[in-house]
Amino acid sequence: MLPRFWRKIKYRYDIVGSVCETCNTKYYPPRNFCPICRRRSSIKEEMFEGKGKVLSYTVVHDTPEEYKLEKPYIIALIELDNGPVITSQVVCSENEIRTGMRVKKAFRKYFEDGEDGIIYYGTKFVPDED
Amino acid sequence: MERVAIIGVGQSEFGELWDSGFREIVLKAGIDAIEDAGLEGKEIEAIYIGNMSGGRYLAQEHIAALIADYSGLAELGVPATRVEAADASGGLALRQAYLSVASGVHDIVIAAGAEKVTDVGSEMTTDIMASSADREWEGFVGATIPALYALMARKHFEMYGTTPEDLARVSVKNHKNGALNPKAQFRREITVEDVLNSPKVAEPLRLLDCAPLSDGAAAVILANEKIAKEYADNLVFIKSCTQASDYLALHSRRDITTMEAVRKAASLAYKMAEVSPQNIDVVEIHDSFTIAEIMAYEDLGFVEKGKGAELIREGITELDGSLPVNPSGGLKACGHAIGATGIRQAVEITSQLRGEAGKRQVDCETGLSLNIGGTGATAVVTIYGVV
Amino acid sequence: MKAGVVAYGTYIPRFRIRAEEIARVWGENPENIRSGLGVFQKSIPDIDEDTATISVEAAREAIERSGIDPERIGAIFVGSESHPYAVKPTATIVGDALGCGNFFHAADFEFACKAGTAGIQTCLGMVKSRMIEFGLAIGADTSQSAPGDPLEYSASAGGAAFIIGDKPIAEIESTLSFTSDTPDFWRREGQPYPSHGGRFTGTPAYFRHVISAARKIMEENGYKAEDFDYAVFHQPNGKFPVRAARMLGFRKEQIEQGLVVRMVGNTYSGSSILGFSAVLDIAKPGEKVLLVSFGSGAGSDAFIFNITDRIESYPRKPAVWDKINQGVHVDYSTYLKLRKKIKMK
Repeated sequence: MLPRFWRKIKYRYDIVGSVCETCNTKYYPPRNFCPICRRRSSIKEEMFEGKGKVLSYTVVHDTPEEYKLEKPYIIALIELDNGPVITSQVVCSENEIRTGMRVKKAFRKYFEDGEDGIIYYGTKFVPDED
Repeated sequence: MERVAIIGVGQSEFGELWDSGFREIVLKAGIDAIEDAGLEGKEIEAIYIGNMSGGRYLAQEHIAALIADYSGLAELGVPATRVEAADASGGLALRQAYLSVASGVHDIVIAAGAEKVTDVGSEMTTDIMASSADREWEGFVGATIPALYALMARKHFEMYGTTPEDLARVSVKNHKNGALNPKAQFRREITVEDVLNSPKVAEPLRLLDCAPLSDGAAAVILANEKIAKEYADNLVFIKSCTQASDYLALHSRRDITTMEAVRKAASLAYKMAEVSPQNIDVVEIHDSFTIAEIMAYEDLGFVEKGKGAELIREGITELDGSLPVNPSGGLKACGHAIGATGIRQAVEITSQLRGEAGKRQVDCETGLSLNIGGTGATAVVTIYGVV
Repeated sequence: MKAGVVAYGTYIPRFRIRAEEIARVWGENPENIRSGLGVFQKSIPDIDEDTATISVEAAREAIERSGIDPERIGAIFVGSESHPYAVKPTATIVGDALGCGNFFHAADFEFACKAGTAGIQTCLGMVKSRMIEFGLAIGADTSQSAPGDPLEYSASAGGAAFIIGDKPIAEIESTLSFTSDTPDFWRREGQPYPSHGGRFTGTPAYFRHVISAARKIMEENGYKAEDFDYAVFHQPNGKFPVRAARMLGFRKEQIEQGLVVRMVGNTYSGSSILGFSAVLDIAKPGEKVLLVSFGSGAGSDAFIFNITDRIESYPRKPAVWDKINQGVHVDYSTYLKLRKKIKMK
């Protein structure tokens, strides 16, 4: 996991994705290649603002081992303003979460390789009151 | 192109097969199919095997070689190929086998699917299943496969008014059918209340909305029409077998309540088989989750987008309805033996079209099976007919 | 060059636990806690928060409010006594999360509760000597306390980040430190919870260092208590800073705004600087602020700040007190789970 995580730190710690300048489609996670333009792709890195709205969500009760302590947690598809749709966790109570809710990015811990292993940080989302 | 027929089918029991290892269950399915076809075995010219993850379940790769070895076909040097598309591995094996006969390269081949999940703990099993989605960007953030289907379900509820009860009815129907299937893992009927009260997995999906992961193997033998006629009278033909792909991660799809891969594969399958959705008499749909079955009603063209729930509400897809879906009990009641599922579906439709489906027999001449990989990144649609 | 605080940002996790809830479990009288320790409630980090996440959030607020390009930050120092790693600095995680590029100085500081202010002093030196254009100093903690120990009522989580540079909103007129080897509160490597010297933490530790540093900085610069509009002292509880203020001749009104400990607990490396941030939230140009931190082991960093005109155009909402008051209260068992005090398999 270690080199695979490290390689993408820039793209996980903040919402840094890609834009294809040929067709103006935005991508997150980043892509090296635009599936629409293919060889006519002109991919550049782009940082997305980190605000958006919830497209759909679920409260996960049956969690993988590394997320046991966080059960239940919320997974959502978030449509970023002027950006792509991203899969992430939303940190809020089960009563608060709803489709259409405005959210903003937050830097959080995702999981770790055990007590003596590397900590995997990334971007989650929290309710955006404003 | 040659016309391709199924001349033999075989299947192991599906379930927690503690006493059988991977080799045993594959052999059982294969031998049953060979005997059903009336072959000796040496006639097989190629093996296609669907298996999602021998490497992690069994620490064994080179699965095709293992199967060829244990089935006695390695002795004859028969080419063996393992194909993988998560839980559409079986469908892929069927299609590769079909293509090899339709193209004229081979006369008789076997397509099998097998998975042995119980030799590892359930946490490992869940993790392995999670690798059918995007590990880096969905798995990493904790989006499990049930969570991804739950996202689809919620959207379907909000956009079209589908309800948890509709999903529950799918599960109830499949369990009812499974009770009539001697090879199903679960042969107990359940009620809508049972489903709605079962533990939450990823809301709105509950435990009884999700197919269990099981051990199992299935096999079908394909032959071109000329050869097939030498072995049997009640031939079942594969009228078309198509495959399509879609973006791996749910967040890349244009509309999460539609599986584009299913629509594309189905559209081409109907065209090549020269039939329309109305001509289909019996269907096996990949109900890894109840919502998948409802979405498939729409994406296979049986009903317009959004109206999938109507079919289950009106009983149309029940065994005695006008379009029986999952007469075998589906993945939910048969058990989802991942790589084996796509072939098990072919075994069921063939049995139905031959009139050999016992208590769950429906009146049919044309059937369809849909095998899906992960959250819809791969779809294989096969249309079968008696002519 | 008149250098000082160019931007500041804070972060407080959203969960809270009231003193009476902890008292309930341990059979203590909550009134004694409130009147004795002067702490009514404290903040608790969520399961997925730690000093690194708090540092990033606080720093991001400072960056966003000031509009400073992160690549112009020439140094990052994160002070904490609960860094996520004993070896592997938090500063590098902050640097990558902010997008500071690769050419910046970085290190983590430890000096109990004054590690954050030590970072401010270091940045000041680097800025004034023109080694760097901007320096980022962060003080943040998610400190642990042994179950049933009095520290449980106060050890909380939170942090503040300061960008130090030229053309500040709060100029640092002067800064000095008073340091000695005083073992009032410590934690040995590998131990989960700290130990402390009980009453020894008072006069020989907290008061000696805070008072000495405060008196010296006022004397050297010719100031008396009444020359300041605000004074902020390190806040291990609600009593010590109030007593220190009285000893130095400050009035209650001067320290009230910065006395955040009563409602958020002691955020350790974030403690005095969170209080200072609360003052900055309402400070007006021309006002003078005294800040004196204290770190066990022991030492105090004292600062005299002059608020400049630039503070009027600096976005200061939501304010620290807004954040303090927006909490979600939990019970003791949830608190134990969140703080991972329950031994799991």
